[in-house]
Amino acid sequence: MSLLNIFKSGKALDRGVHVPEYKEQTAHLPIRRLPFAPMLVVPLSQHAGAPAVAVVREGQEVVRGEPLAKEDGFMSVPMHSPATGRIEKIGLAPSVRGELAPAIYLKPYPSSSQEVLYGAPQDIQNMTPDQIVSAVQRTGAVGLGGAAFPTHVKMRPPKDARLDTIVVNGCECEPFLTTDPRVMLEQPAEVIQGTRIAMKCLSVPRAVIGVENNKMDAVEALRKALGSETAITVEAIEAKYPQGAEKMLIKVLLNREVPSGGLPSAVGVAVFNVATLAQIGELLPVHQGLIERVVTITGPAVSKPGNYLTALGTPLRFALQQAGCTDETASVILGGPMMGPSISSLDVPITKGVTGILVMGRADFNHRPDRIYPCIRCAACVDVCPLHLNPSRLGMLARKHEYETMESQFHLMDCFECGCCAYVCPSHIPLVQHFRVAKQMNRERKARERETAKA
Amino acid sequence: MSAKLQKPEIQLRTSPHLHSPRNVVMIMRNVVYALIPIAAFSVYNFGISALFLLIASMLSCILTERMCNRMMDNESTIGDWSAIITGLLLGLTLPPGFPLWMACVGGLVSIGLGKMLFGGLGFNVFNPALVGRAFLQAAFPIAITAYTPAMATNRFAEFIPTTLTIPFAEPAVLTEWIKQVAVDSFTGATPLMAHKFDHIATDAAALFFGSVAGSAGETSALVIILCGLYLLVQNFADWRIPASMLGTAALLSTIFHAIDPAKYPDAAFTLCSGGLMLGAFFMATDMVSSPVTPLGVWIYGGFIGLLTIVIRFFGGLPEGVMYSILLGNAISPIIESLTQPRVYGTQKVARAKA
Ligand code: SF4
Ligand code: SF4
Repeated sequence: MSLLNIFKSGKALDRGVHVPEYKEQTAHLPIRRLPFAPMLVVPLSQHAGAPAVAVVREGQEVVRGEPLAKEDGFMSVPMHSPATGRIEKIGLAPSVRGELAPAIYLKPYPSSSQEVLYGAPQDIQNMTPDQIVSAVQRTGAVGLGGAAFPTHVKMRPPKDARLDTIVVNGCECEPFLTTDPRVMLEQPAEVIQGTRIAMKCLSVPRAVIGVENNKMDAVEALRKALGSETAITVEAIEAKYPQGAEKMLIKVLLNREVPSGGLPSAVGVAVFNVATLAQIGELLPVHQGLIERVVTITGPAVSKPGNYLTALGTPLRFALQQAGCTDETASVILGGPMMGPSISSLDVPITKGVTGILVMGRADFNHRPDRIYPCIRCAACVDVCPLHLNPSRLGMLARKHEYETMESQFHLMDCFECGCCAYVCPSHIPLVQHFRVAKQMNRERKARERETAKA
Repeated sequence: MSAKLQKPEIQLRTSPHLHSPRNVVMIMRNVVYALIPIAAFSVYNFGISALFLLIASMLSCILTERMCNRMMDNESTIGDWSAIITGLLLGLTLPPGFPLWMACVGGLVSIGLGKMLFGGLGFNVFNPALVGRAFLQAAFPIAITAYTPAMATNRFAEFIPTTLTIPFAEPAVLTEWIKQVAVDSFTGATPLMAHKFDHIATDAAALFFGSVAGSAGETSALVIILCGLYLLVQNFADWRIPASMLGTAALLSTIFHAIDPAKYPDAAFTLCSGGLMLGAFFMATDMVSSPVTPLGVWIYGGFIGLLTIVIRFFGGLPEGVMYSILLGNAISPIIESLTQPRVYGTQKVARAKA
């Protein structure tokens, strides 16, 4: 805790870091549509849960918005065709994690219209919660904030949970990314419509939209769209990373702590991302599927940064070429710089969970340390860990490979890898990287133990 | 359309891809910056003897560190500035006329025994400068209590006679010399000694501005506070440590002073005399040897403040800051283990069950 911090007031995360925002490059740019790539690659698994099952065959013609794949059980969502065209093949395609995964290759017709020709109006007012849940599932909506968790699953919380509040996450606390603020600015009515649908479905009387105070224009836009409505409120909170993590946001807005290892429903809350609700608000009344999303393409090595409405399945290479990627490209990050994975192949397609593409140039890594110092116990990491863990101690244990102690005594499994500790560490110790390894080692050890127990 | 994108040479990195501009070297460098005015005031106050004392202790620390690097076949660690901090702090806590060769021994012990033996920066249990200081106190009890007056007339032209003592020879006796240079009648006692043994109070203003006898860099509360604030405001040192340490000392002092004003000094005297200020802002705040937990830091500071008062008021020594901080360092790991922060989402009850 800094000495100057004790003079601050207002709603904000108690820990966390003030990361430079770097949002000025794209924050003011209206959402623009990206053209169709010559070949779209729609992976069957773009969400948490079971992959969808293809319902089209090779050579078939599809129209924009038509289902390409159907859900496989409740923990799954369907996919819809992002463009009118022909199915080239159903085969393997590179994915974010590096491995090949099944995908549908779609070749859009050159004159393919941007218009969605599929769908029919539906009357949400007279739907039962169960009907809404399955209607949401049919849209293929998932959390657009990055987690890609199927939205309809959140709309049917565990039986014993008693929800009283919906938290709408409009924080976008990752630097560089500006998709959520743009959506709030340009589609406030849809955001609110989506919020109403979620409230109706969960029969929750209250919703709070949390927006960081560096996006006051978005706050204004939402408040204006709300008019005199009182069930939904918009709260401006001090900008701080990682406030957009749902557990953190619940703490800041409602002062409730989600139990370790538990879900928000345990404290009576359901959290939705603003962009997700905007999509629900837009798609549900017309019974259409999710076929495109807003992606911020930005970074020092991009010459035409912007917020692009991109057809799902657009390969990164095509998107980056459209955004004017320069020769300086050194690394490409999906999502924000604090948590986003960097990827090795530009053939990876944009999926439902991609919030942004950040392109770093060679020069941007100049600050990289030539040397990692030992932990000087400066406590910076302890002061920023939003979960109140002790990364300093965890880091020392990781050095000694004491992974079990890390878990049993120092709550390793609670760490959600926000990266604050590694961000501040003056010794440049790759703390969160250590923790990822430690978690993986623990998972493998447990798997081994299960094996031997069985044998 | 760029050529690179056709055949990209993109690198894989793990998040976070950003890093705060702070690093170890920068923190250490700023601590040195903060110490420079204190050193400068010390030279102004005590003359060239203090200057050479500081240089000797610094050089000795740097050379020792380099030597240890060589011996352990490690990369040089001088570049991280931490040896310079140790050298400066050590010099500032010694009497201005302290023999230079003894100061060099102090530097050797500080870095060799107090730091490198533990494994270097980050692994030392105790504040290295204080390890050296404690060794000197035990090895040279006379020399380390031979104080000379501040603002001596000839201080920029000649050394205090003890400064240039030949190694292993007996340092000169200062009584005669002090008579020559002293601005006023000087008894050879620091304000703390005078108060403890003779119940003579020193003028509060003199204490605050620092024109009194004492260790080279401990005399001026004003300079130390200003330099300390520089560190605290920029968060290069944890403000909670001086706050709790000085707070505890002031509180206890006020209480005892109220009980027996003749025997116990008031808070202002306690805070401004001896090594308390320098210790609170620059030594107890040493990151490596203090706890990292938020609650632990308060306890640690409070503990040191309490111990200082106990030694000063009830012990045999006039000054207790050094030993208090060393003891604080010693129990810091225990404090830390007992004050692990409550992890988000784990209620107190839940933890008891686990
Ligand atoms: S990465 Fe984990 S340990 Fe580090 S600050 Fe975030 S939650 Fe805490
Ligand atoms: S931030 Fe780095 S150096 Fe500081 S205590 Fe944490 S791990 Fe150690």
